[in-house]
Amino acid sequence: MEPILSKRFNMKDSHRIETYLATGGYRSAEKALKTMKPEAIVEEVKISNLRGFGGAGFSTGMKWSFLPKERKKPVYLVVNADEGEPGTFKDRYLMERDPHLLVEGILITSFAIGSHKAYVYIRGEYVKSYQTLQGAVDEAYAKGYLGKNIFGTGFNLDVILHMGAGAYICGEETGLLESLEGKKGFPRLKPPFPAIIGLFGCPTIINNVETLSCLPTIIERGGKAFADLGCEKNGGTHLFSLSGHVERPGLYELPMGTPLRELIDQHGGGIRGGKQLKAVVPGGMSAAVLKADEIDVSLDYDSLKKAGTMLGSAGVIVMDETTCMVEALMVTARFFAHESCGQCSPCREGTGWYYKVVQRLYEGKGRMQDLETLINISANMAGNTICAFADGAAMPFSSYPVKFKDEFEYHIREGKCNVKESYAYARD
Amino acid sequence: MAFTFTAENRKKIDQILPQYETKQAALLPILHLAQEQNGYISPEVEEAVASLLGLPIVKIREVTSFYTLYEKKPCGKTPIRVCRNLSCTLLGGKEILDYMKQRLGIDVGESTPDGRFRLDSVECLCACEMAPMMQVGDAYYGPLTKEKVDEILKKAGSV
Repeated sequence: MEPILSKRFNMKDSHRIETYLATGGYRSAEKALKTMKPEAIVEEVKISNLRGFGGAGFSTGMKWSFLPKERKKPVYLVVNADEGEPGTFKDRYLMERDPHLLVEGILITSFAIGSHKAYVYIRGEYVKSYQTLQGAVDEAYAKGYLGKNIFGTGFNLDVILHMGAGAYICGEETGLLESLEGKKGFPRLKPPFPAIIGLFGCPTIINNVETLSCLPTIIERGGKAFADLGCEKNGGTHLFSLSGHVERPGLYELPMGTPLRELIDQHGGGIRGGKQLKAVVPGGMSAAVLKADEIDVSLDYDSLKKAGTMLGSAGVIVMDETTCMVEALMVTARFFAHESCGQCSPCREGTGWYYKVVQRLYEGKGRMQDLETLINISANMAGNTICAFADGAAMPFSSYPVKFKDEFEYHIREGKCNVKESYAYARD
Repeated sequence: MAFTFTAENRKKIDQILPQYETKQAALLPILHLAQEQNGYISPEVEEAVASLLGLPIVKIREVTSFYTLYEKKPCGKTPIRVCRNLSCTLLGGKEILDYMKQRLGIDVGESTPDGRFRLDSVECLCACEMAPMMQVGDAYYGPLTKEKVDEILKKAGSV
């Protein structure tokens, strides 16, 4: 397969504008601004079946078309570079290894939605991503690809980089807007959706780094050609973050719809040290876990949803036979309890309870009714909060204790682990 | 003692403010600058930033207490953040954290007596391909072994 998003990743000075221009860079933006109408770009994006690669998988063209037709206020483009879903690292690669691809995507998108100011919200720990992307933005200004009268068309665009300060919830698009306005990142009640009332009360489109990085290809080849790269209703290729117990962890660009087994066995080199596969989390920590015999599934939004889990941000975490599933769920519980923003009580209390209960199981002090309690908490959290954090948090807790019931019951019955010999678990 | 921004940082603030539609929107970047200058966000820093942006102090406190990267008390200069999330745990992140505690002679949330390092155990830094990993200062390191931890600490100026 010919890579689209990662084709420059291993080139020398891949982050520099000279490299980008020498390999066809900014030609799509020139084509879009000089020869296309904004509505025509939105139409191509709809045809391309591009879906938001931040995790929700919502149609990008559709999202753009929610903007009000009559423009009384400025429109903002906000780039979600607050990568934080455990198991995911694709946006970091894009920003550090091909930042101009993102800048060109921002330029095309801003033209399509009629925005003259774009904010890029980058997670606070990504200092190198911030510096590299700022370097690319500066180069683009110097060459006239950003700023005033771009390509002599009269179109103006400013791009501003903004550092977060450590909060997973700011990856949720309305939490991100609150944070960008200088507040704590409490997600907003929807409707109104950001396309109507977003940043500073103005119509706003929020797109993920990888999503926007697809735009140059869509303009270059047309929406249909982009759609054909993927599978039904899932256009293009996707950057899959593969980690855990595989021989070759790393980032793999593959067509949408690639079999999960192929990613693990062929690209990842199979399970480390010839061990047996036990479980896979296919789409970041908020996805339901799959058992070893459930991995014959396609990596696309619809197939994984049908399999009772989700593609999410395509962070694939592989666990071999030496993994204690109770420990894996304890790590998951600790994460959600730490990152719940605390705005809605079902989530604030629920994630705390998850952590307490799973910690107890992990220490060998669990009770049989604990397993039912976990399922009950999930049932009371999902769908009962302002944002999707609680729905994501609920998925692992309704899947691990069900799919690995024997293992959880063994911990409760015997007060020890059936996988790991040492059981010196300290509370942390 | 009252906190005042250096002349250089005041210049930076003058560049940051016009980038946003509201003064409040500049809060996060200004707090980053303040922490860089002061080492942590003290009540005096909160007061100075509040008056600079024309906001009640409580609006600043809401933000400094919400985000993990703002230090609320004096601490070691270089942060060491060891990941404790799933991919790192699967590949020995816990052992790396224990070794780091032993090497620095401090617990999570503490700073070394010489004021050079502070140790944290953090959620996913999104570099699972290099698990187990950590961040020292601005840079990411991984996959870690005890030997690599020794090397990195040596390079960072610890004994």
